[in-house]
Amino acid sequence: MRRPDRTFATLDHSTPTLPARADGSLPYATADAAEQVATLIRNCERHGVKLFGLGDPARGIVHVIGPELGLTQPGKTIVCGDSHTSTHGAFGALAFGIGTTEVGHVLATQCVLQRKPRSMRVIFDGRAPDGVSAKDLALLMIATIGADGGQGAAIEFAGPAVEALSMEGRMTLCNMSIEAGARFGMVAPDETTFAWLKDRPYAPSGDAWDAAVADWKTLPSDDGAQFDEIVPINVATAAPMVTYGVSPDAGVGVDQVAPATRGAGDRQAFDYMGIEPGQKLSSVAVNRVFIGSCTNSRLSDLQAAAAVMSGRKVKLGVTALIVPGSEKIKKEAEAQGLDAIFINAGAQWREPGCSMCIAMNGDQGAPGDLVVSTSNRNFMGRQGKGVRTVLASPATAAASAIEGVIADPRPYLIKETADAV
Amino acid sequence: MLFEPFSTLTSRTIVLRQENVDTDQIIPARFLTTTSRDGLGDSVFYDWRFDEAGRPRNSSVFNGLNPGDFRILVAGSNFGCGSSREHAPWALLGYGFKAVISSDIADIFKSNALKNGLLPVEVDDDFHRYLLSHPGAEVSIDLENGVVGVHGGGMSSVFKVEPFARRCLLDGVDPLGHLLNRKNAIENFEEAHA
Ligand code: SF4
Repeated sequence: MRRPDRTFATLDHSTPTLPARADGSLPYATADAAEQVATLIRNCERHGVKLFGLGDPARGIVHVIGPELGLTQPGKTIVCGDSHTSTHGAFGALAFGIGTTEVGHVLATQCVLQRKPRSMRVIFDGRAPDGVSAKDLALLMIATIGADGGQGAAIEFAGPAVEALSMEGRMTLCNMSIEAGARFGMVAPDETTFAWLKDRPYAPSGDAWDAAVADWKTLPSDDGAQFDEIVPINVATAAPMVTYGVSPDAGVGVDQVAPATRGAGDRQAFDYMGIEPGQKLSSVAVNRVFIGSCTNSRLSDLQAAAAVMSGRKVKLGVTALIVPGSEKIKKEAEAQGLDAIFINAGAQWREPGCSMCIAMNGDQGAPGDLVVSTSNRNFMGRQGKGVRTVLASPATAAASAIEGVIADPRPYLIKETADAV
Repeated sequence: MLFEPFSTLTSRTIVLRQENVDTDQIIPARFLTTTSRDGLGDSVFYDWRFDEAGRPRNSSVFNGLNPGDFRILVAGSNFGCGSSREHAPWALLGYGFKAVISSDIADIFKSNALKNGLLPVEVDDDFHRYLLSHPGAEVSIDLENGVVGVHGGGMSSVFKVEPFARRCLLDGVDPLGHLLNRKNAIENFEEAHA
């Protein structure tokens, strides 16, 4: 291994989200999962790689803890054997997912062979209405350009609605780039970025900080920069989005009906989902809700969900799983009393990890379940064999848990504002 | 040499008409906790091939076929979208496929496939439509010349493969050697950017 000092590891995909048993052992889904974790621990020890392992207060989903620790910085090249590595592009880093063989190349040489991708700028114009989150902007973008609309491209997300986003929102947006086929998604670093990074454990400090910020300020695209493709998206009339099919581009406003089929593939998708063209989405029954994943498991996501669930109850017959993205987020959420809000509402508050996003740790639905999920993929069987996934924002997922059907979160916001007046 | 050099391939096709066939369909995540590559071919398209009880599905295009007889998979556009799991090309190779043909193949899948000797072939729309509607067609792929066509003449299409990856495939080598040979350049770069 060439540079153990530039290599970091965490445990997320296969770890259980249930606490340890009385004897201290963890309830792994399978012996293979336990073995996979043990192998990583062994390999990190042998090669001197820093592992944020079980019991480490910094452990969490790789795309959550990289930024949290300040490892993710503008201008860096960041790779990981996971396609949502584009998340780190929110900081103006060149970050992309690679395969196992390429991981080997990087470990051995610090190099990975790439051709220059085509460039694409998605400009979000206007101001997003209340109740429309970064997740909704991401789903709107994917519905607009298609699941392969960003194929072969590096996307820069720009425009006033992106500049207005928090770092957490920008991460959600960049995270979903791959669902439009793009390996890279990025946002120009600005004051929001610098403020977020300051004083993080691995961020530069003192004079080095000032030098780093000066350097980072040179990174944004020049005025008049040329792109191979520019896609404008007006967000002023956007609504909270949900998906109705088995591809992330099958998304519409939560208050809309499922559109007509375009072909045989769509027919198969509708059959799988048990949703009919023309059906009002807000009438579709839900029996599971998952709030978590590297897309939407950060503190502000949990706050948005808690705001909807506070003082309410999860509908009888609905199982709601809330899985924070990292140990740090778990602790911060508990300090704010969010865990109590979820538990009082009848939801389950779990240990950090990928959980039902990929359903390989034992957290999964049963065949036929309909899950409103804040994760990033609604592929057939992604959340368990025969499980149907509807992608949505944390607020929409929380509202759906309360109502037991796909639900619009906006009425909850309006009520709170009225209460506050 | 890491795998058999790829020059030409002639085989009958298996056709999946679906668009956006994602890596979770190619190999469901529950098969990913393995720490070895062996046996993944048995899990390829598992939930499409087998029902809840593990019985072969009558509706599956794979049903009743002998894996080794089909080296070419033809699929709808945006094949291989989704995760970066290299298990997807490993599973397809394990089943016996040597090439995948579509009008448009997802980036990470393409890159993973090329590194393992599975050839991704992106063809023009006319030829793609022809292949989709002629399952079992005998197709020849000529990597050296970048041409794919119905065996013995008829419809054909040119295709492009990233030139460096193409060279590696033709020679059956992994790009790691190429990188390791550049140790000096890597060291110089690291010193300059320390
Ligand atoms: S949360 Fe889901 S998408 Fe994110 S890293 Fe984990 S498995 Fe991958």
